[in-house]
Amino acid sequence: MSTREIRYLQVGTHAVGNRLLDPSQRTVQADPERANALTCGHRACQGCGEALGARYVVDAALRATGGRLVAVNATGCLEVFSTPYPESSWQLPWLHSLFGNAPAVATGVAAALRARGLDDVRVLAQGGDGGTVDIGFGCLSGMFERNDDVLYVCYDNQGYMNTGVQRSGATPPAARTATTEAVGPHPGNPFGQGKDVPRIAMAHGIPYVATATVADLRDLEAKVERAMAIRGARYLHVLVPCPLGWGTPSNLTIRIARMATQSGLFPVFEARDGEVTGVTPIRQRVPVEDYLRPQRRFAHLFSHPSGAEALDRIRASAEANIRRYGLLDEEDRP
Amino acid sequence: MSVRQMEGARAVAETVAACRPQVVCAYPITPQTHIVEGLGALVKTGTLAPCEFVNVESEFAAMSVAIGASAAGARAYTATASQGLLFMTEALYNASGMGLPIVMTVANRAIGAPINIWNDHSDAMSQRDSGWIQLYAETNQEAMDLHPQAFRLAEELSVPVMVCMDGFVLTHAFEALEVPDQAAVDAFLPPFEPRQVLDPDAPLTIGAMVGPEAFTEVRYLAFHRQREALTRIPEIAGEFRAAFGRDSGGLLHTYRCEDATTVVLAMGSVLGTLKDAVDGLRDDGERIGVVGLTSFRPFPMDAVREALGAAERVIVLERAFSVGVGGIVSANVHMALAGLDQRYHTVIAGLGGRAITGRSLRAMLLDAIGGRLDPLVFLDLDRGLVDRELERVRGHRRSGPAAENILRDLGIVAGGPHR
Repeated sequence: MSTREIRYLQVGTHAVGNRLLDPSQRTVQADPERANALTCGHRACQGCGEALGARYVVDAALRATGGRLVAVNATGCLEVFSTPYPESSWQLPWLHSLFGNAPAVATGVAAALRARGLDDVRVLAQGGDGGTVDIGFGCLSGMFERNDDVLYVCYDNQGYMNTGVQRSGATPPAARTATTEAVGPHPGNPFGQGKDVPRIAMAHGIPYVATATVADLRDLEAKVERAMAIRGARYLHVLVPCPLGWGTPSNLTIRIARMATQSGLFPVFEARDGEVTGVTPIRQRVPVEDYLRPQRRFAHLFSHPSGAEALDRIRASAEANIRRYGLLDEEDRP
Repeated sequence: MSVRQMEGARAVAETVAACRPQVVCAYPITPQTHIVEGLGALVKTGTLAPCEFVNVESEFAAMSVAIGASAAGARAYTATASQGLLFMTEALYNASGMGLPIVMTVANRAIGAPINIWNDHSDAMSQRDSGWIQLYAETNQEAMDLHPQAFRLAEELSVPVMVCMDGFVLTHAFEALEVPDQAAVDAFLPPFEPRQVLDPDAPLTIGAMVGPEAFTEVRYLAFHRQREALTRIPEIAGEFRAAFGRDSGGLLHTYRCEDATTVVLAMGSVLGTLKDAVDGLRDDGERIGVVGLTSFRPFPMDAVREALGAAERVIVLERAFSVGVGGIVSANVHMALAGLDQRYHTVIAGLGGRAITGRSLRAMLLDAIGGRLDPLVFLDLDRGLVDRELERVRGHRRSGPAAENILRDLGIVAGGPHR
């Protein structure tokens, strides 16, 4: 997509209204002809970041492929809330197999389409962070290293929300989950654990890796569009707040996601062939406390004696992200 | 068609290639590996085309790739053994639960611990309830011939099929084999026409969640399809015989069972040695016969009852067992023979590649005929070795790992017995 400068910001959201753009540059969701691939009637919670993210991702991928798309889904919230038998919210061919094998199933779909001469049909695989960074990680890495023609999208809500909010390898330090309770001398998830799968994906040298959030849905759509223009293994890691698991009001999903980026805790970037090629700079930096305080999973940081030290470590990790990805101009640095 | 001197695994690879699989996923595990190596070469040279050969990172991925490929309308194939079969267990149930007609060769091998690469049936037996049809080959020629039949059966019924062949004994044996002719296979096996397929022009949701309101019915349908297979397996074997002139497959084979008062049932390559032993006993005037079971899942209750019902004594010889119970095949045979007045023996033999010799079989069968055979027997068990280890266990709390102790007793591990 081409870009042009528009000197207008909506108050608060920093988003540009569609009406200021050429029709060709407007969002997929603004198009009355959009696929609406994850249609109404599903059982997602109010304010679910994953449902929002998935609808934008799949619709954008459908537009990019002219509707020639097959989706493979890992077990998890997205699968459960979208397909309560005998109903399905999916308006595209959709396959769910297991929790830990979505990338491999997608490889199989892509192989079958190639063998059948259906090269125009593309494959999207999707799962939550548990299905991606933990139980499906072996299959994900295999799909990456073979450079199979699959776009894999991880909707990261930082825990096993479908099973009742347990810790995953994507749960941030200090977060309370049902298996990292806010008790004892060091409440919440331990520091020094977890994995950064976007960087691991880059280490495979695959053609496209990007992160995004539901706070910037146009960016999310654009990344899906760019990913679908490329053949080979591609990875998109989308931060999707979970009101249930994070303990946030359902009307704050977008704002929380934005503060994750504006605090430096969730860097938004794009990488080609293992090299970072673009970052979304922080526009209005917020202290990490502003991001953490509205979330009940971090409440102990503001009441427990260990909270101050934990906050220092979280601030340091935001600083490290800002340095690594260059998220701030020098003059904006504190 | 021509007869060539070739390795069993290579012959299976060429036969599978003649079935025109469109996606083959490969992960190495002994003793299966030569099969996927053979297929990989056939794809790379273009002999097998169009076909995507995918080198996956695990057996779990192999079955998962096959699931995706089958759901996207491709004929999908893989092969595995032993630990590999266990590693793909979750996906095996998923493939059968969704009714995806994948065909897989299992080169039967023991399961560890202790790790052991040699032949027995514990791997496939562990998956007897996975919803896959399981066909056991007696010979390499039958292992080959079962593959076109397996694809026919799988695709007609939408049920995945395992072709089980004994590791090493068959896979690595070189003998004169006849690879089915491509044109004949094409005539026997029509192109895959999926019952369900991921198609952008007709979007389907496959793999939805099903609750108590319909789960029983979905599972019953799987049961029903395997019952249908009981009819189709012999019919397809008949069509194969008509097309290829060979008697391969079917539910079971009988050998010298006419007027037999003692009948031995077994599966796989041991049937050859068993038939030799039975020939010897027949020469001595004993009324003894053999039933070779090809279809273990579905289990042919009626055919087994018909084949064994007239015998006074039934011996089930099996290369696996259920720890804490005993025979696995036997338990199924007993169900088939319920209510009959017969003597039953379960003989566990050939575990982890131990040779089942004609001499041991003959002695065991004579014991059975003479009324001296126990109901449950571990053939050629070295009781002395077992007793020495049991003694160690009684003597010391920290007696150490049993497997290593026994290897020391045998002198295979240097250093003498532990303590």
